[in-house]
Amino acid sequence: MIVMAQTSIKPSRHNLYNTHIIPVSFEYFAPANLQEALELLDKYGADAKILAGGTDLLVKMKMRVVEPKYVINIKKLKELAYIKEEGNVVRIGALTKWRQLEKSDIIKKYFPALYDAVLVMAGTQIRNMATIGGNLCNASPAADSAPPLMVYEAKVVLASKDGEREVPITEFFTGPGRTVMKPNELLKEIVIPKPEEGTGSAFIKVTRTAMDLAKISAATALKVEDGKIKLVRIAIGSAAPTPVRCRKTEEALTGKPFTPELIRETVKMVQDEISPIDDVRSTAFYRKEVSKVIVEDALMISHERVIKGWFK
Amino acid sequence: MKVPIEFTLNGEKVRIEVEPNELLLNVLRDKLGVTSPKYVCGIGECGACTVLVDDEPVLSCLTLAVDVDGKEVVTAEGLAREGELSVVQKAFIEEAGVQCGYCTPGFVIMIDKLLRENPNPTEEEIRQYIRGNLCRCTGYVNIVKAALKAAEEFKARSAKVEKK
Repeated sequence: MIVMAQTSIKPSRHNLYNTHIIPVSFEYFAPANLQEALELLDKYGADAKILAGGTDLLVKMKMRVVEPKYVINIKKLKELAYIKEEGNVVRIGALTKWRQLEKSDIIKKYFPALYDAVLVMAGTQIRNMATIGGNLCNASPAADSAPPLMVYEAKVVLASKDGEREVPITEFFTGPGRTVMKPNELLKEIVIPKPEEGTGSAFIKVTRTAMDLAKISAATALKVEDGKIKLVRIAIGSAAPTPVRCRKTEEALTGKPFTPELIRETVKMVQDEISPIDDVRSTAFYRKEVSKVIVEDALMISHERVIKGWFK
Repeated sequence: MKVPIEFTLNGEKVRIEVEPNELLLNVLRDKLGVTSPKYVCGIGECGACTVLVDDEPVLSCLTLAVDVDGKEVVTAEGLAREGELSVVQKAFIEEAGVQCGYCTPGFVIMIDKLLRENPNPTEEEIRQYIRGNLCRCTGYVNIVKAALKAAEEFKARSAKVEKK
């Protein structure tokens, strides 16, 4: 019997990383449809945690960072796993796994930056488990899906017993691990507008090993018309309490003639729009220095993808 | 509160009662005696606990046992047929893809799945597919060689079948 219910063991140097069990006991629910899930969430609210892929939640539970009284496993809600085109938008169900994003021609065709992010996010097994909704709800500043979704100006649909509401992804995060979601809300769907014709986009992530979280990451979208920058969007991850859009840099670039020199000079501004910290993965100094480089690179790749065409 | 679950493990039906907070890896190793999936990092970074659930490779250290109810689980033990090692397992032995052996079951599961998905992978595709598996002996060169050799063998076999 390996259940250690309600012990007094707390995380220490010795048990932080390799507790072979989940040292938290909880009540388990596996609702069969969305309505059931929302009712459970309404009833248990803040004491409950939603289990989707489990690659973040179970790790946190092993380390006792979170100790939910109730776990609501939503893996059975197959109706929330889809990628579909609808007019000018693409809708992605919150339970869509990263592996499905990787295999999807729709994602590859319309959202190169998101596709870049999928290819550098963890390994095959994690992609088979982790969901895009979970990546957002975990609200890590290093979430790989966040910067691409920010440059595409995606919206998330939050559902609760009382109804649904749409929130722009740029307003979704409020801090590390925190979002605007109420305790009784569930992230149901991500709606991404298709980029305008002639828009290029890219995502760059700096990590130590293949499986690591980002030291810093950046996504950009760029549209150049008649030699002038018509549209530019820049988002950076892992360099502030939440993923951020660099709107001042965007403003400074918009309307200017597109030249590599201008890009190189102007992107220096991004270091003042982020507030990175020193942590286990990197330092604030390094992150500020590298932010300029990866934003420049991402913008150049975005531009190149329009000229040379995108489709590997 | 125990939950009864039923799933297929390497082709055999298994009925067992588990607590909601039990991990699939622990149930496989401690209760069912299937020890090829290994407990290494426990936080999803090394791939040594990889098993196939409904033919998709997942990490059993981050899967609740209750979650495999009604599903099909295959471990490295399930790859061998009638006492004969699988093509991938043989290739690992022939190419010395095994050093200490701790990561091997995870790699074998991954390569087996890769070759069924893509029978003609490039070295780059193999490395990309197994990026979530760590070998602390750093024996990656031989592991990739073994994968390429197994791919050759797969091709030779399907060619034979076509001739017939």
